[in-house]
Amino acid sequence: MSAPTELLNVQIDGVWHQFQKGTRVIEACAQAGKFVPHYCYHPKLSSPGNCRMCLIEMGMPKLGPDRKPEIGADGKSVINWIPRPQISCAQDIAEGMGIRTDSPMVKECRHGVMEFLLINHPLDCPICDQAGECHLQEYSVEFGTAGSRFLDEKVKKPKRVELGPRVTLDDERCILCSRCIRFMKEVAHDDVLGFVSRGSHTYLTAHPGKLLDSNYSLNTVDICPVGALTSSDFRFKMRVWFLKETKSICTSCGTGCNTLIGTRQNEIFRQTPRENNAVNSAWMCDYGRLNFHYVNYPDRLKTPQIRENQGLVDTTWNSALIKAGEALKQFQKWEVAVVASARMTNEELWLTKKLIDSIGTSHHDVVPRTGKADDILMSADRNPNTLGAQLTGVTGEKPGSKLMEIADKIRSGAIKVVVALGENLKELGLTVDQLRKLAALIVVDILPNETTRSATVLLPSSAFSEKRGSMINIRGRLQRLNRATQPPGIARDDWEIIRDLIQQLTGSNGIYLIEDVFKQMTDSIPDMNALSHSRISDQGVQLVEETEEAPATV
Amino acid sequence: MASTTRTAHPREKRIIFKNIDRPGWTNDIDCYLQDGGYEELKKAFAMKPQEIVNEVRASGLRGRGGAGFPCGVKWGFIRPGGAKPVYLICNADESEPGTFKDRYIIHQDPHQLVEGMIISCYAVNARLAYIYIRGEFPEGAKILERALAEAREHGFLGKNILGTGFDLEIYVFRGAGAYICGEETGLIESMEGKRPYPRIKPPYFPAVLGLYLCPTIVNNVETLCNVKYIVRIGGAEYAKIGKPNNTGTRVLCVSGDVQRPGYYEFEVGGLTMGELIYDICGGLKPGRTLKAVIPGGSSAKVLSVKDRYKIKSKQADGTMVETEIGLEDVPLDFDALAAAGSMAGSGGVIVMDDTREMVWALNNINEFYAHESCGQCTPCREGSLWMKKITERMLHGGGVERDTDTLKSVADNIAGRTICAFGEACAWPTQSFIDKFRDEFVATAGTKGNGNGSTNH
Repeated sequence: MSAPTELLNVQIDGVWHQFQKGTRVIEACAQAGKFVPHYCYHPKLSSPGNCRMCLIEMGMPKLGPDRKPEIGADGKSVINWIPRPQISCAQDIAEGMGIRTDSPMVKECRHGVMEFLLINHPLDCPICDQAGECHLQEYSVEFGTAGSRFLDEKVKKPKRVELGPRVTLDDERCILCSRCIRFMKEVAHDDVLGFVSRGSHTYLTAHPGKLLDSNYSLNTVDICPVGALTSSDFRFKMRVWFLKETKSICTSCGTGCNTLIGTRQNEIFRQTPRENNAVNSAWMCDYGRLNFHYVNYPDRLKTPQIRENQGLVDTTWNSALIKAGEALKQFQKWEVAVVASARMTNEELWLTKKLIDSIGTSHHDVVPRTGKADDILMSADRNPNTLGAQLTGVTGEKPGSKLMEIADKIRSGAIKVVVALGENLKELGLTVDQLRKLAALIVVDILPNETTRSATVLLPSSAFSEKRGSMINIRGRLQRLNRATQPPGIARDDWEIIRDLIQQLTGSNGIYLIEDVFKQMTDSIPDMNALSHSRISDQGVQLVEETEEAPATV
Repeated sequence: MASTTRTAHPREKRIIFKNIDRPGWTNDIDCYLQDGGYEELKKAFAMKPQEIVNEVRASGLRGRGGAGFPCGVKWGFIRPGGAKPVYLICNADESEPGTFKDRYIIHQDPHQLVEGMIISCYAVNARLAYIYIRGEFPEGAKILERALAEAREHGFLGKNILGTGFDLEIYVFRGAGAYICGEETGLIESMEGKRPYPRIKPPYFPAVLGLYLCPTIVNNVETLCNVKYIVRIGGAEYAKIGKPNNTGTRVLCVSGDVQRPGYYEFEVGGLTMGELIYDICGGLKPGRTLKAVIPGGSSAKVLSVKDRYKIKSKQADGTMVETEIGLEDVPLDFDALAAAGSMAGSGGVIVMDDTREMVWALNNINEFYAHESCGQCTPCREGSLWMKKITERMLHGGGVERDTDTLKSVADNIAGRTICAFGEACAWPTQSFIDKFRDEFVATAGTKGNGNGSTNH
């Protein structure tokens, strides 16, 4: 990027522009505001030039007898137009090149290709999941015709093909653009898809004995320009035009892939990747993508509860918080432990550290969560915000290093009160019996587990899609979550719950909005000093130098 | 095959087909050596590679596969001294309907091809070459394998050939039966073990990014045989055969409604269409009259006997004179057939008499192209089958009035818009048949409404 890039002069639809050398013709057109329709071209994949939708008229500088470009009256090179249309997706611009995207020849080409693509297409838009975000529909309206000249039988091909556990294929809808094949080969490194048979009878399939079972298989559904590849999870669940899309990030590992959460009437229907070249290119893994169903579970914790006699009973937020505050104040600071989560946002973690400081205990940590990194996107750190937990001081250099001591002291009775924030203490090796012996167990969580069932005060909180806040991925990039859905019942935002717990100990602290938390947090953490909530773009900001464990670039 | 012997017509000039049907001729190396075989190879080795390239360029030899591209120019695209190895591939995927010349060379005179290939490899500095033979030629593949083994035994292949220090191996690569493998970039993909999807050009010009993305020369069987002959007599002498820009001889494969179909070798432009049909091939069947000719394989545009063709020809004083002539007077060379609106193509001359129904004939061709379209790019994949469906429906009495126009516009939407020349190959028949015989199409389609009201997009 530091080297000066050469600018080339290119004429597009009669107007001369300058573009950086190395720009694709189709991209140059887009930069000049001349959209060129395309199916097979995808900026992240190789260009096979097979759909022929991006045909344009192209010309090169006319050379004089001295082999130098002839210069016209406008001081620019005279263009020698190539009589045949050219694809714009596979060629880079050249000095003095001429392009026409709106000539009669180009219009005729697009018209012809649209007609060809539709003659054997089933036209089953009313039952097709792609309807509403289908390039066949869109370009048909813009570049095609309403009627048809095709009078013959359409080609029959396989339908409802389960290519793998998560992707269903309708070969009759497929326009054979090969995006999915190229994605699996070039990005997912699992070359399982291919075409068989030939001519108009060509169809997409997985190689014999193979399945499309890669952890990246659902990206093929995203890039399929038509309704051929559909998500078996999302299929037939919701028309896409009813979906509200909220920009957020995936919280299933430390990569923090940028996402769009598709919701309707407070229910999540799908998650799709959102392009961010500093994080996830245009992709995300299937695991992260589908890891949202728990948000919709009916047994979500909805109401604060306190333990009376042997059972948990519903109560008001006020009385639950008072009971929690009493428990925290009742014991010595070394008798209290705070077990937090690196799945919490920075704002929640910063407040957690304030809570820890208010209590005065040194017994605090987060629960680490690791797996195998995959060289594509998935990080070995399955917690989305370990760096945030470290920067706020909730954990130290080695997350989880204090957990053994905390667990031992719970067993021995030295620790009598535990605040568990979004983590099941079973992970520390503690049994329900041991948890029940605690004088107080204040639990903030969203779904029932051994720890919530052992709580003396249970405070229902929010899932990733129900909150605002920020996280720092393993490459040190701070990114925002946005609220796509509301928490169930009277469950509250985690940051509010933690703020209220602090208030039980210290009285009012002047924090009313999440922006207040962010302001105080950035003021107090040197690495975040220059930030303001509104200045964090949808693409996030690089906060600290990239760490060594960063995954391979996609 | 060996049982059919034919005597060459006196007007033929047999260079490449010299040994085809020659009495007592066998396809083994002993027979070939006794006849002076591999002498041109020795002569070539005494020359510098660039000298051979220059001779081929001077000869004016144009490719015999179909496109007629100048062979010396093609070889000149290979930059000497490049870092990557250079490959030479002999395209023996002879698949164009109406074409059956390369198979005779392979079956009856394989060493002529092998010798031509070794010389060509030496000229372009290829150390590894392949003969890509279509899957439908199993016997030809065996014969070539044997010829290559014989050449190896005699030291014409392998390491340090004839003590020159030049190493070369040639292998036979069998296709699996697809017309598209005759398209050179499809052929290369096929050799790389992939579906033979033709590559986009730019950037994949074979001379730059060919087999394994290395510089590659792909030449037709007959073209490579000509190289041997050019080495024998020299490029300048070779250029005297035929006409300027249309040099050498051409093997024509005549099929269809003539008395004596078959293969004939002539000086390029040495005779007219009429002379070929009436003098050489014994004319049409009794009582029949000429209706049309497809002059260069099934993808060449059909020419009607009713039309007049404007042909420019160079006079002795160098001036160009344009004459208007009938089909029977069209000389059989690259430029004249192009001027007549068709092409010399692969040399397959398909003759049709007055009993031929043009819708039937076109449907026959359409069936072939619909079956052979590789399916990679949209216009050809969808258009070739659509055209076949229309002509088939017309033939079976289901035609509607607008079919003729639809058919023509489908072809127009294919030609010039595809990845490879198959687009033209499948569109040109439809375009030209309708152009020349529109009345027949309109009559066959009938007046049965317009097929409107259909919602079957």
